[in-house]
Formats: sequence, C-alpha cells, structure tokens
Amino acid sequence: MKSIIKISAIILLGFAMACGGNEEKKDKDQIKISNTSNTGKKETTPKATQKTSTEDDMANIGIGPITSVEVGDGIDEAMAGRGKEVFNNLCTACHKMDKKFVGPAISGVTKRRSPEWIMNMILNPEEMIKKDPIAKRLLVENNMAVMANQNVSEEDARAILEYFRQIDNQ
Amino acid sequence: MKTIQKFLLGLSAGLLLVGCGNTSKDSSNSGAMSSSNAEKVYVPPGEHDEFYAFMSGGYSGNLTVYGLPSGRMLKEIPVFSQFPTNGYGYSEESKAMLNTSFGFIPWGDAHHPDISQTDGVLDGRWIFINENNTPRIARISLTTFETEEIIEIPNSAGNHASSFVTENTEYIVAGTRFAVPNPQKDMPIDEMKGEFKGPLSFISIDQEHGHMNLDFQLNMPGFNYDLAHPGRDKSHGWFFFTSYNTEEAHSMQEVNASQNDKDFIAAVNWKKLAEYVKNGGGTKVAGTYAHNVYDESTMTATTEMKEGVISVDPRNVEGAVYYMPVPKSPHGLDVDPSGQYIIGNGKLSTQLSVYSFDKMMKAIENKDYDGDAYGIPILKFDSVLEGVVDSGGLGPLHTEFDGKGFGYTTFFISSEVVKWKIGTWEVVDRLPSFYSVGHLTIPGGNSRKPFGKYMFSMNKITKDRYLPTGPELEHSAQLYDISGDKMDLLLDFPTHGEPHYAAAIPADLIKSKSKKYYDLEENNHKYAAKSEAATRVERNGNEVHVYATTVRSHFAPDNIEGIKVGDKVYFHITNLEQDFDVPHGFAVIGANTSEILIMPGQTKTITWEPEREGVWPFYCTDFCSALHQEMQGYVRVSGKNSSTKLRWSLDDEWKE
Repeated sequence: MKSIIKISAIILLGFAMACGGNEEKKDKDQIKISNTSNTGKKETTPKATQKTSTEDDMANIGIGPITSVEVGDGIDEAMAGRGKEVFNNLCTACHKMDKKFVGPAISGVTKRRSPEWIMNMILNPEEMIKKDPIAKRLLVENNMAVMANQNVSEEDARAILEYFRQIDNQ
Repeated sequence: MKTIQKFLLGLSAGLLLVGCGNTSKDSSNSGAMSSSNAEKVYVPPGEHDEFYAFMSGGYSGNLTVYGLPSGRMLKEIPVFSQFPTNGYGYSEESKAMLNTSFGFIPWGDAHHPDISQTDGVLDGRWIFINENNTPRIARISLTTFETEEIIEIPNSAGNHASSFVTENTEYIVAGTRFAVPNPQKDMPIDEMKGEFKGPLSFISIDQEHGHMNLDFQLNMPGFNYDLAHPGRDKSHGWFFFTSYNTEEAHSMQEVNASQNDKDFIAAVNWKKLAEYVKNGGGTKVAGTYAHNVYDESTMTATTEMKEGVISVDPRNVEGAVYYMPVPKSPHGLDVDPSGQYIIGNGKLSTQLSVYSFDKMMKAIENKDYDGDAYGIPILKFDSVLEGVVDSGGLGPLHTEFDGKGFGYTTFFISSEVVKWKIGTWEVVDRLPSFYSVGHLTIPGGNSRKPFGKYMFSMNKITKDRYLPTGPELEHSAQLYDISGDKMDLLLDFPTHGEPHYAAAIPADLIKSKSKKYYDLEENNHKYAAKSEAATRVERNGNEVHVYATTVRSHFAPDNIEGIKVGDKVYFHITNLEQDFDVPHGFAVIGANTSEILIMPGQTKTITWEPEREGVWPFYCTDFCSALHQEMQGYVRVSGKNSSTKLRWSLDDEWKE
C-alpha cells in the first residue's frame, strides 16, 4: 500500500516537472494539469527550506576559495573584456543575460549577490549547490539542472564578475 | 519470514567462517582462500590500486587497463580495432588510424605492450604495442590513454618479435615471424628455402613527441623471428631475437620446423647498424606503408602513405650480427636487469639456456665460430653458454625478473611458474598456474629496475576457474605475491581477448599526469563550435555540416529542418563541458556508423545518411545529469526534391 502511495507521488511529481510553467507559453497545449494535485495530496516538489531576504543574500559570501573581493568604484574595462570572452565561451550554453535559460538570467546579479558569492558559485559549484542556502534554492527553482564546474581560473572568475558589474552599471 | 531466517542464518555462518578461518599467521601455506590473501588484494571502496597493468587484448586488437592488486578492469583503449563504444575507427577524425597499404582494416591482433624507458627505467610517457596480422606498431599516450600513432611495417609478415623498446626508447623493433619473399613476388611456395627473408625492422622514436620513424630493415635469412629483447646496461646497444624454423619448412611446421636440435638467437648490434645507415649505408628498397598520426590539437588523425625503406644486408656490416645456437625451438628471450644474462626459453625442452654477454663478446673477439648460416657467423654454443636452469618443468616460454636476484619463468605444458636464482641457476620455488600459462609480468620486470612486489601470469585456458559462460570463455590471469621467499597465489581475474603480454607500472609514475579534460581554448578542430553562438548548419551540395554543441543537458541546435533524403549529414559535436568525467554521447536513429562519445572540450564527427522522410530523433547516450533523458533533439528529413528550408533552432529561436 505504502509503495503505491510513493509511486503515485513520483508520477505526480514527474507530471509537475514536465508541465510546470507551460500554461502561459502555449495555447495549443492539449494537456492541462494544474500544479495542485486533485487527489488532495500535498504538492511534493522539493522546496528550499526558507526564503532569504535580499539583504541576507548580499551578506552571503558563499562557500569556496573566495573570502573577500576588492571591487573598485569604476569598471576595469580590460578585465571586463576578458570576462565577456570567457563568459561567452564557457557559460552562455546555460546562462543568457536577459532571460532565464537553463540557469537564471545574469542581468542584475551583482545587485542580488555579493561578489564573493558570484565567484564561489563559478569556482566551487558542487559544494555550493549542496550547502549554500541560495544555491540550494536556485537548484530547485531551475529544474534541478546543476551548475557545471567549467574549471575557470580565479583570475577569469574575477574577470567574469567585472563583466557582470559592467552590464549592471550600464 | 522463512527467507529472512535463512538469510540471517547464512549470514552468521558466513561471518563465522570469515571471522574465524585462518587465524594462523602462516599465510604462505594457507592457499588462495585465506583471509590474509583476501586482504592483500582488497582495495577499499574509493581507494586506488598500487599499479596499472596494461594487458594486450590479443585478437580484440585493443589494450585493456587493469588495477593491481585488485584485478579490476579500468578501461579498454581501442588501438587496432574499431570500437563502437566511443566511435574509434567510426568517427571521421579517427578512421585514418586504421588505414594501411591494404586499405582500411577494422581489426588487428595485438600482442606485446611495452612502456617507454629512460636509462632502462620505466618513465610512463608512452606505451607501444604491436599488431601481428597486418604488421603495425601503435603508440598510446599515458597522459590521455588514447592511441596517438600507428605505423605499418612493410616487407614483414606476422609482426610478433615486437614492440620492445631500448633503454632510452631510442628504437622499438618489429621482427618477422612468418618468413616471406622480400620483396614480395609470385613464386612457388615449395621453393621457399633460401628465397624467403625475415626482415627485422628498427623504428626510431622522436623523444619529444614520440613519433615513430622506420629507420631501417635488417634483411635476415628466412627463419621465423619470434620474440626479442633489448640488451640493457652493459649490453645496451644490442638487441636479441629468437628464431625457429631454421629448417625453413613451408608446410606442416608443427613437425617439420622441429627437426633441428638447435635454432638461433640473433644478436644484433643496433648501434653499429644505426651508425652505418646514418653514414649512407644500406639500399633503398620498395615497400609501401601507412603512417597514421593523431593530432591532439586538431583532434584529427591523418594518414601519410610512405614509399621505400632502407634495407641492410647483415653480411655487409662487419661485427654487427651473429647467431647463437639455442636448443629446442625457442620462444621467449629475456635479459636480466644487469644486462649480463640472456635467457633462451626452448619451448620444446625442460631447460632454459642462459648465455653470458661477456662470453658472447669474448667469442666474437676470438672469432670462436661454429660455421655460418647464410654468411652470418654462428658463435660456438659452449663458448657462450653460461648455465642451464634445469627445472623439470615442460615448455618454458617467458621469463621476468624481480630485481632481487631471481628470475620467474612460465612453463606452458606443465602449467606452472618456476622461480630460480640468477647465478646459481637453482630452482627455489614453483607454483601451478591455471591453466597453460603464456606470458607473465612483473611491473618493470623486463627493465633495469623491476618493482618486484607482484607477478601475474596470463593463462591461455580457463576451463573451470569461473562460472561457465558457454563454450567461449575469457582468458584468466593469476596474481602472485612475490615479496617473500616463496610465491603466494592471491587472485584469479578474467581478462579480455587474449592478453599475450602485459606491461605494468607503479600508479604513482603516471596517475598525476592523467588528463582530466581537454581545454576548450586549445581545441583547434576544423569543425569545432566553441560556444553556442558558433553553432550552425551549412549545406554544400548534398553534404550537410552540423556544427553542434553539448552541455548538461541540451544540444545546440536541437531542432534541424531542411535535411533531404540522399544527404550525407556530418554531425560535428563539441562538448563545451570543462570538468573531469563529463562526456556526452551522440547517436541518431538509423546511422550506419556508431555512437560517438565526446570528452569535455573535445570535438568529434559522425556521419548519417538518412534514407527515409520523417522527423527523426537524436540523443545523448551517456547518462550525463538528472536531465539526461531530456537531452535529445529532432531532425526533419524531407524528400529529395522538397523545398523545405534549411534552418535550425534551440528553444524556438530559429536561424537559417
């Protein structure tokens, strides 16, 4: 009996994952299942333990090799240029500037996250998605697609951060 | 309930047995089932083996990698055979590796791997292996564990006395096991005697890249040159080859090639020959051969068809080539770590003949000859023989050394390994091998510096050692602890194909250099798409080139339209991942090729020639992430004369 309950929960979860977010996108969709199950059972999609405030987010430096980053007032254009190159080569398969793709949209990230957190997420994604509260939440919000470790050097991760700052300052 | 009881009962009984068996400290007599032996081969989960063992795959054409002492198989490296598992020999980039002067050959018979050396010590740069059937030698990188180069050996046949390296990897050799006309010609078989030749090829190695160059061929009399071993230390500069069928029989060799009481070891002064050739000696003769090189930067193999080889008549180089008589159709030939003793394993006898390098040099100096064979001086047997290992075993084949003063010889007919002492030649231990042992390997056991902790035998017959799997069984290897006075049989483990010989090396010498992924910035593949922005589809007549990328967990593009029946579609897939062990695979329905497995940062190409209209899926074959099942795409195939526009997309952003 118990296993039947478990199996149906898994099936429901599967439906939720496959169809979630499609309603607004296409009118042609023939299958319409609302996110709340009609059997009255509780929604089983895993949720991050708690929502954190923007202030808390900016205070979070993440987990990894970066404990503090010196960020100037202006933008180091050369560094941002290198950052753009590395970002385009290694990251754009999953991240676009202005739309959510596999991972979140990048635009505005320097207003949402600390510079240390951004670099640690690039440099140490495996540990971040296991332990960091924001990264854990993002994993769930992004359909369990893990942030790939692209083996970016610390110098290039810093350059990517500078590129993000340049975008957000425009 | 009953089953649970039974299970618990069985479990406790098992625990009692394991826990209480063999409390005795005397492990050497307790046999392979003892718990102390189990501990010796137990590598706990997550921990690494102490040695790599590279086993020839024999008729699989490949090289398998094992860990010792666990006997766990770690990898199969494709070398001479197509390998649909990762697309080797099917992908556009790798097909050239299997080109020969006979055309594309999808299979080979791999025999004797040997690891590169510096100063006679394993250096872990490359491993070489020979192909017996269509004579070739391959070089495999011990950084990427991929085949990087294959050179064909012209004018040779049955490339068996190969691919052994000199002590600074100056040369590797390729001896002819099946004497043939040289140059090849149409002639009656029964006129073989005196007409056939047994060329011994010397391939020089470029020390920086490992590239192989066919330097010269020594055009020896038409005996069967079976195995070879370089001299080392004091005998460095010489190479020794066993021969059989000095009768030059052309039929029913199992009887007719065993008529002479003695055959020969050929002692070849390769330094002298190399000098001779360098100074313009030798004659350029015909011989077409393929030289295939894989470039790690372009990730593509190319074939250069070469013509002509320098042939040296051994009689023309004074003091370079001699024969030493060996009883009873010798097979293996091995040189001890000091370079002083040369061991001839007469396979139809009970004895090993041990030759002294010093005595050989003295006999040469004194011209202590016993006639000649086709003009090559034969050194007098008694003048060069140092001793005899009289084991009582039958059919000695191969010997390796432990670096502690002992040799270990396999006996095929009596199915055993015999340990004997260098210098006194007395037998000190013997243990059975299951069954019909061929080669044996001690890590570094054919070099100046053996790592004499383990020895393993490779056995030709398996019979009852494992659960039966029908008439065809994998061969079996046995691992022995040789750290003590007596050998101790520790483990049986199955091997793939027929591992004629193996080379083994301490893991510490190579594991830190093992490549984890290919740097995308260094990817110079002609058809690479190094970011999603570079992905596209191009038509050129009926050839269509798809420049696609992979990342967890999608292809870009993942929708393609405008392909037509009769097109030849090249899928060039670049894996954008830059992390250890995140390959993606690619397969498309109905492809008459194979899948390709693309390592991080790598580009590979496979072709597809759709024959039916429709919408056909492709997908990732390697379970890459939680969303792997979603990693797929569609190709729309229209009729030959349709006007469907060529366009492609990812997430409905269509481009054309």
